[in-house]
Parts: sequence; structure tokens; C-alpha cells
Amino acid sequence: MNNPPTLPPLLVDNPRLDQWVSFPEPAHVRVSTGRVEIGQGVLTAMRQIAAEELDVAPERIGLQTGDTDLTPNEGYTAGSQSIQFGGVALRLVCAEVRGLFLDHAAAAFGFARADLAMKDGAITHRGMPTGHDYWSLAAAIDLARHASGRAPVKPASEHRVVGRSAARVDLAAKVFGMPIFVHDMAMDGMVHARIVRQPRRGATITAVDEAAIYRAAQKAGKGAIEILRDGNFLAITGADETTVEAVAAIAPGHVAWDGVDPINPAQEEARWLLQQPSIDRVVGAPPADPAPAATRREATYTRMHIAHASIAPSCAMALYEGGHLEVWTHTQGVYPLKAALARTLKLDPTAISVKHVQGPGCYGHNGADDAAADAAVIAVRKPGVPVRVRWRREEEFGFEPVSPAMVTTVHATLDGAGRPADWTTEIWSGRHSSRPGGGGNLLAAEALPDPPPAPPPTESSNPPGAGTRNGEPLYDFPAKRIHHHLIAETPVRTSSLRGLGATLNVFAIESFMDELALEAGEDPVAYRLAVLADQRARAVIEKVAEMSGWPLLNPPPQAGEGRVGASGPSAAGTVRGRGIAFARYKNLAAYAAIVAEVEIEETVRVTRVWCAADAGLVINPDGAKNQLEGGIVQAVSWALKEGVRLDTAGISSRDWESYPVLRFSEVPEIACELVSAVSDNPPLGIGEASGGPTVAAIGNAVAHALGARIRDLPLTRERVMAALLKA
Amino acid sequence: MQPVSLTVNGNAVSVSADADTPLLDVLRNHLGLVGTKFGCGAEQCGSCMVLIDGNPEKSCGKALSSVVGKAVLTIEGLGTREHPHPLQQAFLDEQAGQCGYCLSGILISAKALLDRNASPSRGEIAAALDDNICRCGSHPRILRAIERAALKMREGAGR
Repeated sequence: MNNPPTLPPLLVDNPRLDQWVSFPEPAHVRVSTGRVEIGQGVLTAMRQIAAEELDVAPERIGLQTGDTDLTPNEGYTAGSQSIQFGGVALRLVCAEVRGLFLDHAAAAFGFARADLAMKDGAITHRGMPTGHDYWSLAAAIDLARHASGRAPVKPASEHRVVGRSAARVDLAAKVFGMPIFVHDMAMDGMVHARIVRQPRRGATITAVDEAAIYRAAQKAGKGAIEILRDGNFLAITGADETTVEAVAAIAPGHVAWDGVDPINPAQEEARWLLQQPSIDRVVGAPPADPAPAATRREATYTRMHIAHASIAPSCAMALYEGGHLEVWTHTQGVYPLKAALARTLKLDPTAISVKHVQGPGCYGHNGADDAAADAAVIAVRKPGVPVRVRWRREEEFGFEPVSPAMVTTVHATLDGAGRPADWTTEIWSGRHSSRPGGGGNLLAAEALPDPPPAPPPTESSNPPGAGTRNGEPLYDFPAKRIHHHLIAETPVRTSSLRGLGATLNVFAIESFMDELALEAGEDPVAYRLAVLADQRARAVIEKVAEMSGWPLLNPPPQAGEGRVGASGPSAAGTVRGRGIAFARYKNLAAYAAIVAEVEIEETVRVTRVWCAADAGLVINPDGAKNQLEGGIVQAVSWALKEGVRLDTAGISSRDWESYPVLRFSEVPEIACELVSAVSDNPPLGIGEASGGPTVAAIGNAVAHALGARIRDLPLTRERVMAALLKA
Repeated sequence: MQPVSLTVNGNAVSVSADADTPLLDVLRNHLGLVGTKFGCGAEQCGSCMVLIDGNPEKSCGKALSSVVGKAVLTIEGLGTREHPHPLQQAFLDEQAGQCGYCLSGILISAKALLDRNASPSRGEIAAALDDNICRCGSHPRILRAIERAALKMREGAGR
């Protein structure tokens, strides 16, 4: 792979080699990364990258991650960018460090540089030991110097660690039930805390019946509690978690609020967006002259708000001692959180340390930052006392930022061959990013006196976009544009969730492509390939077609080999179908093509999914497949089941019954293959690549099975029945 | 309050806590066994699954008083790094997990299944795990891992 002509931005921000790599003790290497483990396996991949370029055994590497005292500032671990950017920066640093040691050995000991090599940290001369290694020379080589970014990295053909599947560094602890999650931390003198949440931004407490809350605690009889109030921030603390949890469950009934206007529950369906004021922008091709009506086609696709629905509610620990605040959190960004906490608490940033500890699977901006702020706000009011906040399940569902409801309308003008000559993707959506970096969007900050102003409704419409993400099809249409309607006011707080706008935009684009192919009388694969020049895109589509035996339907999976829980051949009244979809995530990360097969008997079951993906240089093939598979399962869940429910008070789907997700017996059989897994193409982010195409492939499979198109997500029984009636 | 006696992972323990304290809280806060996880507190997600006298139960909904004199098995009692249970080894072999928060509960549910059915079909495994939520989408690997463990255990038993 070629060196980038300019220093990667992460090396501009964190220029010193010793910010990334050091040799603190014999036989061990310390590698620092600002990226954090959120369930995606990034630590394992980072260790492989460092081991490869340093030429040391992976086991020698200790990883230091996500710590504002210790690691580089890499912003957020988000957007499928950890390997594509963070990993590439680490690789350059490690290659440079290895080169410095070899240069030093050549100069100091009179070896020809070309005869030297590194083998598991030891320097060899023409293959023979020299007696020198990283550790013996560490004192002589000052790594407190700026990275040049020009050290040659290994070509893929020389890789021995990168490109080979590696076991996850964190899995054993999880399989043996070791304390690895922030939820598992315990400190001497710790108090548990729960928050009585402000129902809405701007809501104010008019009365707290503290006596009633204390009486409830006494009745529970398990230990003392304390009520902590500042402005509209209200918390219950105590040494006994059972008591605090029980009191927190009843406390909201003893607090009266003002400024809680009812919201309109009809806003749970996305089409209300079409009537909202919006900030409008057009990106891409200039407006086209109106085409004859006979050549114009359009269709509208929608989806509801989607919850992150992590398996556990958010949690954090904080301790304020001697004027210094330490916070342990499963945030995606320790540095941005630190800045936000400094503003919220009016503390100097140097008085705050934020440390990442693993949490439940993170798919975007969930409650983690808010829980950290809750713990910090309480901790600074209780110096010397470790404060553990763990949200309640209904709090996580009710107050985490959700992925906004969206409407996407695709407009196309067809040429004589029935292919788009002009294409507009028109998108209505609330914000997909409202992370707390600037200090605005933390629930605790909003509840305290002197709350920050509401974050301004800003979001770039330009690639790679957020709501507009993947709004531009990769297909070679003569004119393409995005028309973005950014909705400023949403009924509930919205922010990023895996895929952001790409999920609905890919669903819309790829559904519409199938609708146009049907009209043109062409096979969906052939129709796509006819308008797609990108060779890598073509390759994944052709590969997934081959894997799935396209265009034929496969026999229904049997119990034992096929889709789990399948009970045999299709019953009478069951229809089956298959669909294909493709996208390159953000049009700059990994390519993924998906074929889905479905079985419908009133409800949709996804029976099989095939996936072909091209992520360039893949660090850990098994890890990459794990991410693709996970994205597929999550997307099946989104497509079939998920939508946040609202009532006049806000989010009403506050448990797993009212917000169902895919269960084991509903999971399809999945086959994933990486195309050109070993190559000198740069690594491309893969964590979000399979979601949009999976949702779209399911939509196309359902249309194939029913002979009727459902354009609103999720694809529920009611919508299937309505589509059947229409067909 | 009267101390309550029960067996946890083969050890007799005595706990001083109110009778209605959830077993999950007892395990995590009184006994320091944090491998069993809080997920929902409403018996809906399976993160807190333990075996009580061999039956899979959600410990968030079990009062301490209901387990007096009973035998509780948690993830810590299933196996160790040095002596992993075949299920734990199979989860490592299949790399069956992402965030891993759900795995304790899933391993316990799987143990309960294999204890009563040494040769479960894929469908039976899935059905046995329908009380456990995994949000990361590790399901295909988890199902493979349980099949693998069952096979290993049958091979071991036949030797």
C-alpha cells in the first residue's frame, strides 16, 4: 500500500510517536489507541495492526484505550472509521517506530541497514540474532518526536498477522463472567444512584414530596437513601442498590412538573415529517428541466424512530476527590465527553479524567454519555464518594436519543431503455447527530440551573452526510441530486444509530431499482449491473448472486440445517420470495451486496441471507464477518419489528415487549464472504455496511413473494395483509 | 434480618439481606458474583439467567426467600479459564460474541438445555434461547457454538 501524501489528520492531532507506542518493560509493548471497544472487536484488530508493523508477537502488546490521561484523542469511535482512519494512523506510527530502531542499530553497531530485520521485537542481522531488541534500545531512542508519516508500511504480501483471523482479546473474560463491564465496577464506599428524569427539555419541578419518598425507602426498609436536588436535576442515592432501585421506581409519582406539554402520538409514524417546517438544501446535479410526465416515476418510503435498545441500560462511575473528577464510562468519545462535562460542571478540563470501560453493545449515540454526566454531577456534590449510576431499563428506552423517523421519496426520469436519466433522492429527517461534544446535549446539563441552549438544528447535507447518507446512488445515472429537508423540531431527542440515514435511503433506492427493473422487464441483478461501472461494486453483486444461486429460489431450509426453528417445507398458504440489494456505505467505506429469502404466511420470516462484501485490506477476517453478520441480524430486526411507540408523554415503548427485537428462533441462516480479503487496497470501514442492503433486500424479497410492494417499515403482519388485499 | 442459607456454585453461603431482595442483587452486590448481569429487571431479556436446582431462572425476578436451601449455579460456577466448560470452550472456538453482555445468561440457558437434551436440533437450541436477547446479532455463532459443545460432550460421554 502506498503512503498517503500528507499526514493523516489523526497524526496531526496526536503527532508524537510515544503517544501511540512505548516499551515500558522488557518483552512488552504498550500501544495506545483512542478507539474503544463497543462490541465491534476493534481492540483485537488494533493489536494485529501494531503486531504486524512492529514485528512483535501480538501477545506482547498491551492495549491502552480511550483514556483522556493516556491515549491519543481520536474523537468518537463511530462511523465505521476506526480501522479506516485510526488503524491506518497506528500502522504508520508502528512502521516508523520499527524503522527508527533498525536505523539506530545500523548506525550504532555498524550493520548495513539492509541486512537488518525485526523478529518478534529482536533485531536480526542476515537472519542471525544481534542481541539487540526494542527493549535494550528503548532508552537510546527518543519516541517523543513527531511522526513523519512517511515510513514504508508492509505490503499485504508480507503480512503474517494482518489478514488472518484472530481470536478476540476480550471474549474470554466475557465467557467466564469476569468483571469487564463498567456495570461490574465496585469501589469502597460507593453509593448507587438513580435519576428522576426531567420529562422534557425545559420542564421544571414545581413540587417534590420528599417525605413520601423517604417513607417509601423506610417501608422498603433496606437502608438509608438521600435525595439530591439541584434545579430540575433530581437523584436518589444510597448504599443499597435494591433500595435505591425500588425508590427510584416510585419517586416519579411524588414529583410534580411544569412545562410538560403533551406531544402528538401520531408523530410516531414518519409521514408527519412532510408537514413540518424544514431547512432545505439541494446537493448534486443542478435542477433538471421538467421531463414529460410519461417518463417520470416516483415512490415514497418511510420508517419510524428506531431505538438502540442495547442489551443493558447505560451505566457510569464517578469520583470527585481532591478537586479532580474521574469518570468511568462506556462513551464512544472520552475526549468530547470530557469537554462536555467541563462545561456542564464549570470545571477546568485539566481537573477531569474520562476513562472508557466496556459496556453493552453500542450502535451509536445511546444513553452512555448522559449516564456519565449523571454520575459526574452527583459525584462533584459528594466529594470522596464513588458514585455509580445505572439507568433503569425503562429509562434507557424512554430517554436515550433515538434514530429519527424518516421519509425518503425517489424521483426518476427514465430514458428510452427504462433506465434513470435523472435521479433525485428527497429526504425528510430529524437530526442524526446530536452528540454532547460542545456541552449542549446532556440530559443532566439540561436539568441543572443555567442549562445550555438547545443545540442548533444543524447537520451537513454534503457527503458522507448523516440524514442524507447514501442518498446518492452509486449507479451511473447521468444526473443525480439529493434534496434534503432537515426537520428542526422532533417530538423526541434524536441522534446517531448505526447506518444513520443510509438505512432508509438504501431501502428507498434499492426498492425503487427493483420497481424500475420490474417495469423494464429486466432481472434485478442485470438491471443494476447495466448502470454500474464501479468494478468493486459489480464484483460484490456478482459474488452474492453466485453464492445464492440467483435468480432461483433455494429450497426452504430444513430444521437442523437451515434457518433455525424452521419446521420443514413451506406450508400451504405460504409464499416465498428473494430479493437483492447493494450499497457502498457512505459511498466511501465497504461495499456490500445482500440476497435475502423470505417466507410469508401473514408475517414475514427471513429464512436466509447471503452477503458479499469488499472491505479492502481486512485486518481480522473473522472479526469483519462477525460485524457483517451482526449488522444483518440487527437489520432483519429493524425491517420486521422495530419502531419506537409514542404517547402524549413521550416514548411509550419502554420494555422488550413493547419494543420487540429479533429472537433466536427468528434469525435467518447467514452466509458472508469477503471479496478480495487480502489486497493492497486500503482498509474500508465495515461495521455499518450490511444494514441498509439487508433491509432493502428483505423489502425486495417481500415484494417478490407478495407481488405487491410495501414501502413503509417495519414490514409488519398488518402491512402484509394490506398489501395482499391491494394485490 | 435473619441470615439466609443457600448454595452458590457448590459453596454454602449465608446472606444477610431482606427476604424480597432479588437474587440478582444478592449475587452481584452481596456475593460479588458480577458475571450474572442486569439487563431489564423485568424477566424479559435473560441477561440474569442462573440455574436454580438445575432449572434456568431469571434471577432479577427471584426473591432471596424463594431460593433458601436451593442450589444456584452462575456463570462463575460453569467453568474457569483453566477448566472451561465445553460450552465456554465452544463459544471461544466459534468466536461467539460481540459485546458479550448477554453471554452469561445465554451460556446458562444452553447449559440447562444440554443437561436435559444431549442432542438438540438447531431449532430446539433456538427455542431454548428465545428467552435470551442478543442485540449485537451474534446468534448464528452462538447457535453453532452450542451445537459444537453438544457434539464434544457427546463424544466425551461416549469415550
